[in-house]
Amino acid sequence: MNLQDDLRQRLTRKPVLLMTHLVLGYPSLAVNHEVIRQMAENGVDCIELQIPFSEPMADGPVILKANQEALAAGIKVRDCLAFAAEMVREFPQVNFLFMTYYNVVFRFGLEEFIRQAAETGMKGFIIPDLPPEEGSEYLRLAKEQDLAAIMFFTPTSTDARMREVASQGGGFIYCVARKGVTGQHTEVDDSLAAYLSRCRKATELPLAVGFGIASREDVAMLEGRADMAVIGTATIKLVDREGAAAVGPFIRSLAES
Amino acid sequence: MKKGYFGQWGGAFIPEVLHQTFAELNAAYEAARADASFWQEYVDLMANYSGRPTPLTFAENLSNQLGGARIYIKREDLNHTGAHKANNVMGQGLLVRRMGKKRVIAETGAGQHGVATATMAARFGFACTIYMGEEDVARQRPNVFWMEKLGATVVPVKDGSRTLKDAINEAFRDWVASMDTTHYVLGTACGPHPFPEMVAWFQSIIGQEARRQILEQRGAMPDRVYACVGGGSNAMGIFQGFLDQPEVELIGVEAGGKGLDTGKHASRMLSDRAAAGVAQGYKTKFLQDSDGQMLDTHSISAGLDYVGISPILADLGEKGRVRFEAATDDEVLAALQLTMKTEGIIPALESAHAFAQAIKEAPQMSREQAIIINMSGRGDKDIFTIAHAFNDPSWKEFIVRRAEEYRGK
Ligand SMILES: Cc1ncc(COP(=O)(O)O)c(C=O)c1O
Repeated sequence: MNLQDDLRQRLTRKPVLLMTHLVLGYPSLAVNHEVIRQMAENGVDCIELQIPFSEPMADGPVILKANQEALAAGIKVRDCLAFAAEMVREFPQVNFLFMTYYNVVFRFGLEEFIRQAAETGMKGFIIPDLPPEEGSEYLRLAKEQDLAAIMFFTPTSTDARMREVASQGGGFIYCVARKGVTGQHTEVDDSLAAYLSRCRKATELPLAVGFGIASREDVAMLEGRADMAVIGTATIKLVDREGAAAVGPFIRSLAES
Repeated sequence: MKKGYFGQWGGAFIPEVLHQTFAELNAAYEAARADASFWQEYVDLMANYSGRPTPLTFAENLSNQLGGARIYIKREDLNHTGAHKANNVMGQGLLVRRMGKKRVIAETGAGQHGVATATMAARFGFACTIYMGEEDVARQRPNVFWMEKLGATVVPVKDGSRTLKDAINEAFRDWVASMDTTHYVLGTACGPHPFPEMVAWFQSIIGQEARRQILEQRGAMPDRVYACVGGGSNAMGIFQGFLDQPEVELIGVEAGGKGLDTGKHASRMLSDRAAAGVAQGYKTKFLQDSDGQMLDTHSISAGLDYVGISPILADLGEKGRVRFEAATDDEVLAALQLTMKTEGIIPALESAHAFAQAIKEAPQMSREQAIIINMSGRGDKDIFTIAHAFNDPSWKEFIVRRAEEYRGK
């Protein structure tokens, strides 16, 4: 089943889905494995596996540092692909997506990257520095494999731009809650609500939104406004602070009502 | 061809959050470019404020000493703030004023672009933040001092290799949050469209002047034109004056560092460690590993210490219109010394790369031939690096004494 259909089915059972994120190789693949197990066993719907890049232009200090340390520890793209394949096999209940910057994919070979991702059962890609104008080949190849090329909405997107971008992507739309890099908290206020309602009007695709989500209340705020809460920097900080074992209880606390 | 592409190079690989900002920037740039009064305003400003046109100096002593081609030097060192960087910056400043923004940010390597941007911001009344790699902050202290005195905030960047590319990433991180009020004054002919084309356009004033001047002085085109290549803005600036003259050979000189075979260099056009890639918003040849991770670069000159190259130059190189060479740190210091002693001119370490290559080639040319060296900037800013490289005893003594004096207080 493709990502969009799978998410639609999940949404008949719960009001807001969860997507989490981690940087492969930070602090190590072994810790990544344990973190993913904790996430999977506590009902996470999607996990972004970020393949590290030396120039993560759209990321804030926490994820930037994780990228650099993973690379310094020697992680390679082929390790990331092999590890992802293993995770897909072990946790079939989770949708796994690759998040990375375009150079990693370009250098690996776009066609080969997408072919291998499809073969291993990945569900899609999030590539923040590849806008649809530059990504026609990427979009075509992803579609061919029925993989989701995740597109972005941002508060600066016009309605027309939202419709245009949505028509090119698949899976869900990643709604950036505010301007700026990853890892900053945004208040859930009227302007966020108005923005999300603008997003909703522009597409039939499920809406994922992240804004430094850290509590059950944050997730509950999204009910009726969006379809999936994205938890990024919070889990990286948690693992730094308390270790992988803290992830399960944290995810459970987000999902419990 | 797709807009913003030069052969297979260029493009605009920008995060979605900047889509609207780039749409507005493109519109402002295209409107300015179509408006002859904008260029006139720019030329007038550069004349009044920046001392343009800069001279084309016949280097008689150096020519005689080398005994080959007649050497002319285009004197961007005499431009306000001491380098060609001011051309681009003042041009973008006029554009920022048209767009109604109130704050500018910039990356800087050598600090020349940072000083130029801080100067422009002071003149136009903009707030200004400069991002600079920590390593460059350490080796270009005098420029940091001036930026701060000019009213800019200088942010040392501690990530990655702590040089120019990291400063560019950090400037983008600022911009994705601040674009409503802020313009990013990119300092070289790199980055997403329209920057390569726009920066090259502002810098084309160098080539326009140089072409007119060489025709006046010599009555003929030069045989060769040399420029150092960091991101590629001074090279594009002067080359544009001669691109339509196929008999004029154009030579771009990259940082050979400690030698191309050592890995400690910044040569994107000659090294086998460079490959096509996409980073910092554009597609060009980057020094990178087989996984697409950017490599650390090395150069004695902060301004050439960069992993990418202008997509326009990547294309001109690929098509054979520009020949690329590399000069090592040692060759650069020797060229610097020779130029100072024979002509009383102190080139910036970046510019000294162009001198080094010209000095290698001029003796093989005939007395009837002529070359132009683009002297992109003056060397005063490099006094700490140059004095250190020459291991100058009296300078060391001065620094030690001054340090003791400060410590004593
Ligand atoms: C004096 C001088 N020359 C050359 C450069 C290299 O830049 P570009 O290749 O864009 O001219 C710099 C950059 O800082 C510089 O300060």
